[in-house]
Amino acid sequence: MELTRRDAVAALAAIAGGGATVAVSERVGENGDPREPELPDDERVQGALVAVAEVVYPGELSGVETFVTAFVGSRLSTEPHASGLRAAVATLDDLAERWHGDRVAELPPETRERLLGEVGADTAESDPDGTDAERVRYYVVNELLLALYTSPTGGELVGIENPQGHPGGVESYQRGPR
Amino acid sequence: MSTGATRETDRDRSPVTGVDVCVVGAGPAGALVADRLAGEHEVVVLDAGPRFDPADRLRRQERAIRPAYDRPDVWDGGGDRDAYSASGEWFYPLNHARVKGIGGSTLHWQGMVMRLHEDDFRSGSTRGVGPDWPIGYDDLRPYYAAAETELGVAGANDNPFGPPRDQPHPMPAFEPSYSDSLFAEACDELGIAMHSVPNARASESYEGRSACVGYGTCQPVCPSGAKYDATVHVERAEEQGVTVIDRAQVQRLEHGSDRVEAAVYATPDGEHRQSADVFVLACGGVETARLLLLSASEQYPDGLANTSGRVGSYFFDHLFAGVGGVLDEPTRQNHVGFLTSESHQFYDEADADVGPFKLEFFNYAGPSPVELALTGDDWGDDLLGRVRSAYGNHVAIGALVEQLPRPDSYVGLDPEQTDEHGNPVPDVHWTVGDRALATIERANERQREILETLGAEITWTVGPEDTGPAYHHMGTTRMGTDPEHSVVDPACRTHDLENCWIASSSVFPTGGATNPTLTIAALALRTADAVDAALTGDSF
Repeated sequence: MELTRRDAVAALAAIAGGGATVAVSERVGENGDPREPELPDDERVQGALVAVAEVVYPGELSGVETFVTAFVGSRLSTEPHASGLRAAVATLDDLAERWHGDRVAELPPETRERLLGEVGADTAESDPDGTDAERVRYYVVNELLLALYTSPTGGELVGIENPQGHPGGVESYQRGPR
Repeated sequence: MSTGATRETDRDRSPVTGVDVCVVGAGPAGALVADRLAGEHEVVVLDAGPRFDPADRLRRQERAIRPAYDRPDVWDGGGDRDAYSASGEWFYPLNHARVKGIGGSTLHWQGMVMRLHEDDFRSGSTRGVGPDWPIGYDDLRPYYAAAETELGVAGANDNPFGPPRDQPHPMPAFEPSYSDSLFAEACDELGIAMHSVPNARASESYEGRSACVGYGTCQPVCPSGAKYDATVHVERAEEQGVTVIDRAQVQRLEHGSDRVEAAVYATPDGEHRQSADVFVLACGGVETARLLLLSASEQYPDGLANTSGRVGSYFFDHLFAGVGGVLDEPTRQNHVGFLTSESHQFYDEADADVGPFKLEFFNYAGPSPVELALTGDDWGDDLLGRVRSAYGNHVAIGALVEQLPRPDSYVGLDPEQTDEHGNPVPDVHWTVGDRALATIERANERQREILETLGAEITWTVGPEDTGPAYHHMGTTRMGTDPEHSVVDPACRTHDLENCWIASSSVFPTGGATNPTLTIAALALRTADAVDAALTGDSF
């Protein structure tokens, strides 16, 4: 099943700028720049999330890079969510470099999956203000799962054309199974 | 930090001069009163909570879906402002049950709007328990019709058990769901009639509101605005010149022996005093009673308007009863977040031992796929397999059950705990009673009967042991003709104070088993007419 830019647009229509409550001021550098110097830029964040999506998304999906790049690109335009997302990717990349010698996007898929487990993102609660594991779960893993399973294609994967969070109209609930 | 709400000090929150009517509370009752009186009178509305930015609703929806957030987080609830106690036999989760802010709890409500049945107004006379209302269905009938127009109700005249109506709903009802059609086969076999649910939700575009687009998160947030919330009437009132002040928490009502003189309110930029000729309290079933108790004086040592001693007494809610299970076929749940079918067939069988209840056929039984996906410790193909196996074949029937007013169920003040301004917090001392529990058992029997006929494997029951409230606060400033046993008169004016009215479910003597907001709205419109008559010297 193929994810498309339309799915990304639909997911964004559902969830827009992010629900996190991280205050921008907490992330602002001394010079007033809204991004700390060490925070990753858009391209690096998108690359990291595409790499993680290849682990956390089902194998039968195609079009993951297009979908994730479009979705994350838009999420990075909205504060305060974007700062939290950048910081979580910075944390994940830092741990990847220390434990496996390279950023997450550069690691082979098996190592990426191992890294996520080592970070604790598989069992952690998601919390935008929590520990490293909780922030990675919130901003990286659950960010990707939220995007997928509120999109039409993600919904169809599990048998629902109008998943919660997607404004898919008021016809599908009336229809029987196909 | 709040999302999209007005910041602490970016608005003028000073009092207005020459005010005829001061409304406390910008939920549905307060907003409707303000809108109805606007134009003819100088009106100011004070609300303890913020003004939320409509553009921020998608972010709030995300909070509703993501497991990182609890229900009160969606609308910035909780904290010192909303501190409370729950000392009763049954715990009451107050901050899950309300939203403070412009629009009030309609921001997170489900949006089901049906009229009380005729016997609900005469429970003591016809069922042998509880008080009669001092007004009857016919007194509210034209106001029910007006409220349906104001709220924008999608419904059909197909409920054979409902009270009489004079005109159709302003919009057609939503079509039945696929799962309704499954329930219908079982109900036909059992001789149980199903009918549509009146929804305060646009089935077609209505007075500038979008038709429903199926976001599926109606409770606690509708991003499209198809579901009615009281910001509709707040905005309309403001367009007519009403002043609405947010983050204005009323601390107490200053008064003489028979009149309220001013509302003293705290804002981020200090305390103010709003004078008016008339005051309308519309702060819901908990905070209305609390404000009166906080306004105790030498004249009214037990609380303002409380010569009867009944302020805060008789707090009641509706109870939930439910049975759910799975079928061996798809049931198509969680496409939308509202209900399309229910049954009032057993409602008017109520007597002294078993209360009224209505059955609700769920369109969102079982887990939502996205919420499943965001929990658990798996991902990839394993997660997909888990979601596929957990979603798709659930069914459930809920019920709303009447709870009678009881003297040992009340809202008081907790002197041991104070809010951010040093005022005692409300203590919701909630006691349910045996009749409500017996009614839940009766509802469970009907629910099981239907599901078994449907061929479902029953997997859960919410019965008398684990029931909970429906978040409908009622009863704490009872309406009645006798000043010794009630707080407000049949026009909803306090017996003690000639210029103080109450527009709230707090005036309900009993609650029946229908969702209360349409009755709140009808009473609010009627109260506005009574206030207008008092201000203009007309009769009411």
